[in-house]
Amino acid sequence: MATHEFAAHASHAHEAPQGFIRKYIFSLDHKIIGLQYYFLALTAVFVGMFLSLLMRIHLIWPTAALPFLGEIKPETYLSLLTMHGTIMVFFVLTTAPQGGFGNYFLPIQIGAPDMAFPVLNMLSFWTTFLGFIVLLAAFFVTGGAPLHGWTGYAPLSALQSAGPGEGLGADLWITSIAIFCIGALMGALNFITTTLDMRAKGMTMMRMPLTVWAWFITAILGLLAFGVLLSAGILLLMDRNLGTSFFVPLVTVNGQLTGHKGGSPLLWQHLFWFFGHPEVYIAILPAMGLCSQLLSVFSRKPIFGYKAMVYAMLAIGFLGFMVWGHHMFMSGMSPYTAFAFSIMTMGIGVPSAIKTFNWLGTIWRGRIRFTSPMLFAIGFVSLFVTGGISGPFLAQPVLDIYLHETYFVIAHFHLIMGVASIFGIFAATYYWFPKMFGRMMNEPLAKLHFWITFVGAYAIFMPMHYYGMGAGLRRYSQSTEVAYIHNLLPLQKFITYAAFVTLAGQLIFLVNLFWSMAKGQKAVDNPWEATTLEWTTATPPPHDNFGGQTPVVHNGPYEYNVPGAPRDYVMQSDPAVTAAH
Amino acid sequence: MGLVLMIVIWLITLVSTYFFLAKTWWLPVPASAAAAGIDHHFAVSFVLMGTVFVAAQLALGVLVWKYREGGSASKVAYSHGNATLEVVWTVLTAVLFVGMNLMSSSIWASERFRAAEANAVHVEVTGMQFAWYFRYPGPDGKFGVTKPELEDASAGGEAALGLDPKDPASKDDVVSGIMVVPVNREVEVILRSHDVIHSFFVPAMRFKQDAVPGLAIHMHFTPIETGDFEIACAELCGLGHYKMHGIVRVVSQDEFDKWLAAREAEKQ
Repeated sequence: MATHEFAAHASHAHEAPQGFIRKYIFSLDHKIIGLQYYFLALTAVFVGMFLSLLMRIHLIWPTAALPFLGEIKPETYLSLLTMHGTIMVFFVLTTAPQGGFGNYFLPIQIGAPDMAFPVLNMLSFWTTFLGFIVLLAAFFVTGGAPLHGWTGYAPLSALQSAGPGEGLGADLWITSIAIFCIGALMGALNFITTTLDMRAKGMTMMRMPLTVWAWFITAILGLLAFGVLLSAGILLLMDRNLGTSFFVPLVTVNGQLTGHKGGSPLLWQHLFWFFGHPEVYIAILPAMGLCSQLLSVFSRKPIFGYKAMVYAMLAIGFLGFMVWGHHMFMSGMSPYTAFAFSIMTMGIGVPSAIKTFNWLGTIWRGRIRFTSPMLFAIGFVSLFVTGGISGPFLAQPVLDIYLHETYFVIAHFHLIMGVASIFGIFAATYYWFPKMFGRMMNEPLAKLHFWITFVGAYAIFMPMHYYGMGAGLRRYSQSTEVAYIHNLLPLQKFITYAAFVTLAGQLIFLVNLFWSMAKGQKAVDNPWEATTLEWTTATPPPHDNFGGQTPVVHNGPYEYNVPGAPRDYVMQSDPAVTAAH
Repeated sequence: MGLVLMIVIWLITLVSTYFFLAKTWWLPVPASAAAAGIDHHFAVSFVLMGTVFVAAQLALGVLVWKYREGGSASKVAYSHGNATLEVVWTVLTAVLFVGMNLMSSSIWASERFRAAEANAVHVEVTGMQFAWYFRYPGPDGKFGVTKPELEDASAGGEAALGLDPKDPASKDDVVSGIMVVPVNREVEVILRSHDVIHSFFVPAMRFKQDAVPGLAIHMHFTPIETGDFEIACAELCGLGHYKMHGIVRVVSQDEFDKWLAAREAEKQ
């Protein structure tokens, strides 16, 4: 892919807006839009955490009367888990790393003045925002939020009579996801075009920071995956409201015929997981790219195996579309297909292992600076290994017979998709905060936040493996009915206590974030002595990112401790170094 | 900071591993013929993946301590990596993962690629919000016709399944609220659902299969221990999901025959 002259896309430039609304609300500036995405995700993550806290309380004190909310009923518990999952997956893990940091830093890191399509960018944010409002509305309608889980398996999700929350609440839930998909598709298109078309002179594909590679590959995954989910959502809405039967066979609920016949419940699962599995990588790839970068910056050493990292991410993205069936080993799908899905899934472990080795290789023989972003990046590696290692158990159908739908699965995907990605978001926040707000975050508070979160995440999710080994099942609002599950209750108690402490620790982050915006120590342009283009420009960057300058790139993204160089880092825009090999 | 981080990572790793090794919370005592093979593969997987887990975490701990700023290793190596190492660990992990997969695939194949044996006991298992019903075909070996329009969930038993009394094959069908099966004889399960997806899970049998409306899924297992074993629904099916449980009662062939005969007699 040839690089373009900067002048060739001068038409993308737009004047700096005047007035509060054009500048901060309906802004076309990718930096403002990035911050809008970030604060949307921040709001969403605290809502999602609050829901999980209510769930944890209900699990160990099922009859407790809570202030304002009263006693949580079994169906309310299921609504909480549905909304927790949906909010976290869509409005946090997909929104912050890609919409937030990707929007803010992708154009700057490739030396572009903005995204390729600024208006589309603004539309994609406001579409996402609308999706969030519609989702929250489900809490306030008759019957409340749906109880069918974030996976929305039909026919439970398709029949109004299947349970409380399956009326208007479920319609709002599907509508919200469909709206989100439209926003995500617009965003993906923008990211791909920007990466391919807007790179500064000298910024070849193989000189792109790994963060840019990660956002780029994530956008391709999003473009292919969200279209499928959007279609599936529309079909489900039709089943619910127009009398079609895509997903519903002839069924009776409480002895009453529903009028549907001929549909396939498995079709929904195929469509959902064709989106759902790539979604895991949409959530984790940006964190992988970022943490790779941070390990290099703070070890003062080039990335170990840059090309291998790029190829591994491409392989993960490619294989990610061929493994959806591993969610369906017990679904009634032909047992022969399990062979293919299983071997593909085990195959995806290979590029994941390559990345882990290269992360260890990057800090090996480096000189580590234990800043807060680095601590979160190291924590990310540890959590990625722990969350990843349970994957091969679930990927083998014969072990999945026992583990499917147990807390072992909950432990697995929360560690790797949830906590590891969240560590990426925290690392990104601590790393880029100075560039975004012109001030440093409070470092002792940041470190305290790291220790509580790191130990707390393990304390919450490691025992879930044991609960799963004891066949403790997910989506059970109470453990009182099944004797063997009741015996596992001490583990649930421990997890709830750990959750209290860990979630309280997140308030430290919140305080630090807002306090530092107003009162943090002023930041210099390149506080971490890093090499990528965002550190060459002013803090915070001007409207067109480089103040009328056009950056020209001469070096790879991770040139640290180059022999013969005057200082221990060579920026991408510095004159070319020759020691590269 | 590097030392503290190493100690914390090591402690988390060792404590986590301890509870797996001590089996403080573990699979229930196996009660089916397939369980031994599955449990063995669990053990193999735990040894292999456990080794990788411990090695990777301990290495991470050592590296962050040894290469801390101000530590003994002061000079940074300027290196972009090593192609030979990349190839070595790519091949090693590929062999490990594909090897594990092949080992487990033969167990899966032996369970799920063949039909039940000819002398298997046939039990139709039907899930509905929020109960399990078990039907036996009776002496004629044939299940009677069921019709959705005849279903009456509140009446329970045969009426809940919508059994058509006009069909001659339905005359001797037995419907039970618990699943009684003989020991050491294969059980063919025919899984159905009336409403939403349920999942028939018997942890002690290492047996799980979704019951999907519109499908009749045939699966089999062979109980090798007598006693009562819990069934739990393993697919979210609505507000009563957590209480949709049941019992598999494994008895001797004699007791099974007597039980079935008694239920037949009740019907007459």
